[in-house]
Amino acid sequence: MNKAITIDGKTLPFEDGQTIMDAALTAGVYIPRLCHNPELKPHGSCKLCVVNANGRNVTSCTMPASDGMVVTNNTPELNEDRKALVQMLFVEGNHICPACEASGNCQLQAAGYYLRMESPHFTHFYPPRRVDASHPDIFLDLNRCILCELCVRASRDIDKKNVFGISGRGIDSHLVVNSESGRLGDTNMAVTDKAAHICPTGAILIKRKGYTIPIGKRTFDQKTLSEFHLGQVKQPEPDGE
Amino acid sequence: MPPENFSNIEQQVASLCEAHDCEPHRLLQILIQVQEIYRFIPPEAITSIARHLNLPRVSVEGAAGFYSFLSLEPAGNYRVLFSDNVTDQMVGNQELMRQFCSKLWLEPGKVSEDRLVSAAFTSCTGMCDHGPAALVNGQPLTNLTSDRIDLIADLILGKSPVSNWPSALFEVNDNIRKTGMLLDKPFVSGNAIGAVLARGPDATLAEIKLSRLRGRGGAGYATAEKWTGCRNAPGSMRYIVCNADEGEPGTFKDRVLLNSYADLVFEGMTVGARLLGCAKGLLYLRGEYLFLLEKLEGILKRRREDGLLGHNIFGETGFDFDIEIHVGAGAYICGEESALIESLEGKRGRPRNRPPYPATHGYLDQPTVVNNVETFACAAIIAFRGGKWFGKIGTWQSSGSKILSISGDCARPGIYEYPFGTSVQEILDDCGVDEAYAVQVGGPSGVLISWKELDRRISFEDLPTAGAFTIFKRGRDILQAVRNYADFFAHESCGFCTPCRVGTQLQKKIVDKIANGHGTASDLEELKHLGHLMKTMSHCGLGHTAPNPVLDMLEKFPGAYEQKLRNLSFEPAFDLDAALETARRITGRDDPAAHLP
Ligand SMILES: Cc1cc2nc3c(=O)[nH]c(=O)nc-3n(C[C@H](O)[C@H](O)[C@H](O)COP(=O)(O)O)c2cc1C
Ligand code: SF4
Ligand code: SF4
Ligand code: FES
Repeated sequence: MNKAITIDGKTLPFEDGQTIMDAALTAGVYIPRLCHNPELKPHGSCKLCVVNANGRNVTSCTMPASDGMVVTNNTPELNEDRKALVQMLFVEGNHICPACEASGNCQLQAAGYYLRMESPHFTHFYPPRRVDASHPDIFLDLNRCILCELCVRASRDIDKKNVFGISGRGIDSHLVVNSESGRLGDTNMAVTDKAAHICPTGAILIKRKGYTIPIGKRTFDQKTLSEFHLGQVKQPEPDGE
Repeated sequence: MPPENFSNIEQQVASLCEAHDCEPHRLLQILIQVQEIYRFIPPEAITSIARHLNLPRVSVEGAAGFYSFLSLEPAGNYRVLFSDNVTDQMVGNQELMRQFCSKLWLEPGKVSEDRLVSAAFTSCTGMCDHGPAALVNGQPLTNLTSDRIDLIADLILGKSPVSNWPSALFEVNDNIRKTGMLLDKPFVSGNAIGAVLARGPDATLAEIKLSRLRGRGGAGYATAEKWTGCRNAPGSMRYIVCNADEGEPGTFKDRVLLNSYADLVFEGMTVGARLLGCAKGLLYLRGEYLFLLEKLEGILKRRREDGLLGHNIFGETGFDFDIEIHVGAGAYICGEESALIESLEGKRGRPRNRPPYPATHGYLDQPTVVNNVETFACAAIIAFRGGKWFGKIGTWQSSGSKILSISGDCARPGIYEYPFGTSVQEILDDCGVDEAYAVQVGGPSGVLISWKELDRRISFEDLPTAGAFTIFKRGRDILQAVRNYADFFAHESCGFCTPCRVGTQLQKKIVDKIANGHGTASDLEELKHLGHLMKTMSHCGLGHTAPNPVLDMLEKFPGAYEQKLRNLSFEPAFDLDAALETARRITGRDDPAAHLP
């Protein structure tokens, strides 16, 4: 007997153990997301993927699908709230898109376009954040970190290195690296690590690669975030460059 | 008292870790000890702990950076943390902090140059009936006055060890003002366990069901249901956890239960253990209550000697159960049950994704029950006196009694036990309040009620509360109280999810802006918008309840903010004219042309 949920009226089958997000991805239905990547264990922190299931808001990337679940996803109300979350992420860090190498390849920026964000709306925090150029091949700029922990998970679960972690609490939460000096150059991170290529923003950049693809020809110049994310299932090695 | 020298960190840490069997889930306990020895967590210690516990260094640094009482920078031989609950503010903690800092030439939040002392604020320390309060190296200082601040500053300048300070500075009383079914009669240890063994586990669980007992920690989940769920879950081991984090500002009833009714609480845990067939108990004691640790360890020891804990309890072959105490380190979120479990495992106190729930996948992924201190006390009484007796008190949906921690503007702050269903007015009459203006019921995550609602009743169906009851008399500035609560949530957000991490900060900034006289009507709309986002998009109860005080104020106390609003449609977040002040001072000008209109 096949189990199924409905999302915005469309019936989608799922298998036991799948989340709402998994079921949606399999069926090609887009739920906005930033901290989820189908290759990694779900995390559930950005909250962009919140949907309404049987009348209750749930995090779709972590919530198991259950038979008969009625989900609403692509509604003006939810998309408004998602836009506000993206605006929160913008003002919390220092995102100067025109000056950023990742511009055009950045999923935060693309989420802003996708959700029709016209301004950051909230007051900027302008937090003082660290930049780390100590690694020969990788550049770490915490001004652009949105705490999605994709690099943390990739390094821990795929690279088996635990190069990244989170310290601090609340608004002081921040990415830390696995060395007593606190410098990325003193860890065993390699440019070939999965963690070096998974950052949705410009917080982790590969050195000397910045402008090899000109603006206008970059990922989100060619497709929307939704097309990109839906493509991620079949094409597990997203090449942001 | 003087910190150990730093040359032998490696050796010190090695022996500490060994004393904890190099168990990774002892990490927080190890870090607390390191903090005690060095008065901060040196980076070398982090590296060394990571090696000994075989954890990634980032995990150790992550845990060390999460808890307020652990410090990654030197925090002084004397670390003084002033409790900053609204009740402390009402009795002048800000002035005392200023006095203390000016006497010792300190800047709040920074350690003195000689690394002797630091002072900062901390969230409510659970001494609202003894305010203003503070902690010095983890020990509670109570009933602070200007004279006492002078004395404390002198003791510090004289480098007197805290253990030699006058004991009057540390006096903590129970202040039990009204007793009921739980606190009335002295409890004879063993009575509840004896009753369970006579009746059998199934019949006892039926009694708890019959009592209609609901959890006292806030959410009010039916205890029998929770225990049945855990009992039926497959697992090699079951855990029973007592939540003594009591972090909700204004709550201090668990402090009193543990100080004077610990046997009742431990007995309730033992009853639970028998019903669940579980072999291990844990008590999570908030760091602020460290002063109770020795006493509680003593009681556990006595209970072991009396055959009420350990092997073959009460002579019953195969009834094995013991209780271990874990200490927290300053994080309100660790009261949330899944964050508490993470913390017990030695990690950052970050709420888990649910499902799975603790009943099936809790501590070390095993079936786990987490209950409030008071819930266990109720369970013990029910096991002894029966569910019918218990269920006769209170209302149908809220059986039994509730212990309230009453503080703020009243003649007799302290502990009051009432049957559920008691009206706010009756409580106010008992504790000596003339003209109540507002009451924060259940702490900042609860409900702020106005003088128009005093006929409402303490119960799950009307005014649910984990125990806080903070009174404001007419004339109190509700905006200041709400500002204190907004600060609290911003400080205590764990930072995991976007809506709460950023939303609590934005909320705080706007409340500050209004309090400073720069708010406009559009800021009120923004507060509602943020409230909606936190309530509907957050990951856990902290984010869901963080807008409560603000939203209650907007709805019930328009007078608290209306006259502070500017008659503009938009006001920048900072005052441009004030920003020019420095320039004016430097140029010595103060003429109209040097001011913005
Ligand atoms: C932010 C937050 C803080 C909490 N703090 C406490 C606490 O200090 N003590 C407590 O017993 N429950 C606290 N809770 C509720 C617990 O998650 C849990 O529901 C409770 O311990 C269950 O026990 P009970 O069923 O006996 O009430 C808190 C919940 C949240 C969301
Ligand atoms: S560095 Fe990038 S991948 Fe890592 S947490 Fe920050 S935003 Fe996410
Ligand atoms: S709601 Fe707040 S406390 Fe809860 S997980 Fe999110 S950030 Fe942490
Ligand atoms: S994608 Fe689900 S919470 Fe981030």
